[in-house]
Amino acid sequence: MLKDVTIGQYFPGNSLIHRLDPRFKIIITMIYILMLFTGSSVACLAVGAAYTMIAVFLSHIPLKMFWKSVKPLLPFLFITALLNILLVDGGDVYFKWKFIKITSEGVNISIFMIIRIVLLIMGSSLLTYTTSPITLTDAIERLLSPLRLLKFPVHELAMMMSIALRFVPTLIEETDKIMSAQKARGAEIDSGSFMTRAKNMISILVPLFISSFRRADELATAMECRCYNGGEGRTRLRQLKASARDVIALIITLLFYAAAIAVSIVFNRLMK
Amino acid sequence: MGNIIEISGLHFSYPADEGAEASEVLKGIDLTIKEGEFVAVLGHNGSGKSTLAKHINAILLPTEGKVVVNGIDTADEEHIFELRQCAGMVFQNPDNQIVSSVVEEDVAFALENLGVPYDEMRQRVDDALKAVNMYDYRLHSPSQLSGGQKQRIAIAGIIAMQPKCIILDEPTAMLDPQGRKEVMATIRKMNREQGITIVLITHYMDEAAQCDRVVVMDKGTVALDDTPRKVFAQVERVMEIGLDVPQVTELAWELRKAGFDISQGIITEEECVEAVRRLFSDKQLIRKEV
Repeated sequence: MLKDVTIGQYFPGNSLIHRLDPRFKIIITMIYILMLFTGSSVACLAVGAAYTMIAVFLSHIPLKMFWKSVKPLLPFLFITALLNILLVDGGDVYFKWKFIKITSEGVNISIFMIIRIVLLIMGSSLLTYTTSPITLTDAIERLLSPLRLLKFPVHELAMMMSIALRFVPTLIEETDKIMSAQKARGAEIDSGSFMTRAKNMISILVPLFISSFRRADELATAMECRCYNGGEGRTRLRQLKASARDVIALIITLLFYAAAIAVSIVFNRLMK
Repeated sequence: MGNIIEISGLHFSYPADEGAEASEVLKGIDLTIKEGEFVAVLGHNGSGKSTLAKHINAILLPTEGKVVVNGIDTADEEHIFELRQCAGMVFQNPDNQIVSSVVEEDVAFALENLGVPYDEMRQRVDDALKAVNMYDYRLHSPSQLSGGQKQRIAIAGIIAMQPKCIILDEPTAMLDPQGRKEVMATIRKMNREQGITIVLITHYMDEAAQCDRVVVMDKGTVALDDTPRKVFAQVERVMEIGLDVPQVTELAWELRKAGFDISQGIITEEECVEAVRRLFSDKQLIRKEV
């Protein structure tokens, strides 16, 4: 049952987006987020939406997958929209009853918010869908490497992240085993009230913790045996090489950003 | 050929808890291993065999005595990485020694640590993967592999360092028979084709029988040290230490006890089959049985 858990939700592929340098992908995603949050007009969002659609199309990842990542956030979106509708005051009044008042401004802003958040989720999902977690870790390590000058432990952080990713499947398998072992001894893990189930989880967590510590100890010895000595003077098998393609993608993103700003300035003028 | 490992007067105790008395795990071990040898270390649980192994690449340092590997004293901290590159170590649990989520990156781990330049690293990683027959799996995730395959990846990670000596601490203990066979074949190949010295710690007698030399540990000392044939010929002594002998050796021993004329130094199945066939072809025996 635990086997179904996917971490990072990476979809292997060989599309244009998959092949981009992960460092550029992270930077581009950040610019994209900025783009969504600078402009406050519908026109600006339209440019953002167009950009997202092109990227999604190029990634060959089915739209259904993006719906999956948006779905869990629907209640949150709904509440945000509702609050905006009820609390924002301005423009034409559509409906009024006692203290409840729905105005055109409120409706506009809530629709605007929903689109913005959905685009945000789609954009960041695209990053994790097209980049394997280990590559992502690698890219983060390299992007943060200037922070080493400030004594920030960049290498250690990246090493911890990659070891954590490496052990996710191992620990899931182990949890499955412990659950079966405890069930065989008569533990009821899936039934009972919330409190009893929570208590029963202890019988799984304790052995899992103990074995994780043992694993950590053995792994540390094995790493020492293979001359691990921190990040100093390390070379890498995984080479990240930025190509013209990455620079072009970055330029296109910046152009879209510029377009979004230009369009919203023009749009604002027209509205006046 | 010269000695690659020289252990003299080695004593070791784990640091004691406050108030408790430190118990000595290794009580005076003298052992030399020649370059290119294939040595098995046998011993009961708690006989100190794993502790001994950890002294060879300076994971543990002697309380007393000296360990010299390839001319480097293990107590010499300045040369510790040189030493660990020369004497690689493979552990029992393959899951707990694989660092990366991609096979080839795990094999490269030691080389990355040593700062080997990219082109050379690429070449050495590919060579190591081919040597253990796992080249086709280089882009897989270790979690998709079987135990035997994972252990071969761990061995490849050590071979990539181009060591002179590999110490394997019960590498087959957690594997199924198929995995054991794969790993043993890989280890033998490394020894034969690349001349790497192998120290194999094991509790499988049939694995020990395949080695050039068997060292039997008992309560922190070396009890027996000879060729497998001569060690296993001393069936009673081996059993007294709490170990078994290979099944075929035991069979021959029981037959001898029952009064049959069968030689003592049998350690392989072929030898046993041959000896038993000779017994049957002996007419006297058949008459006696009838």
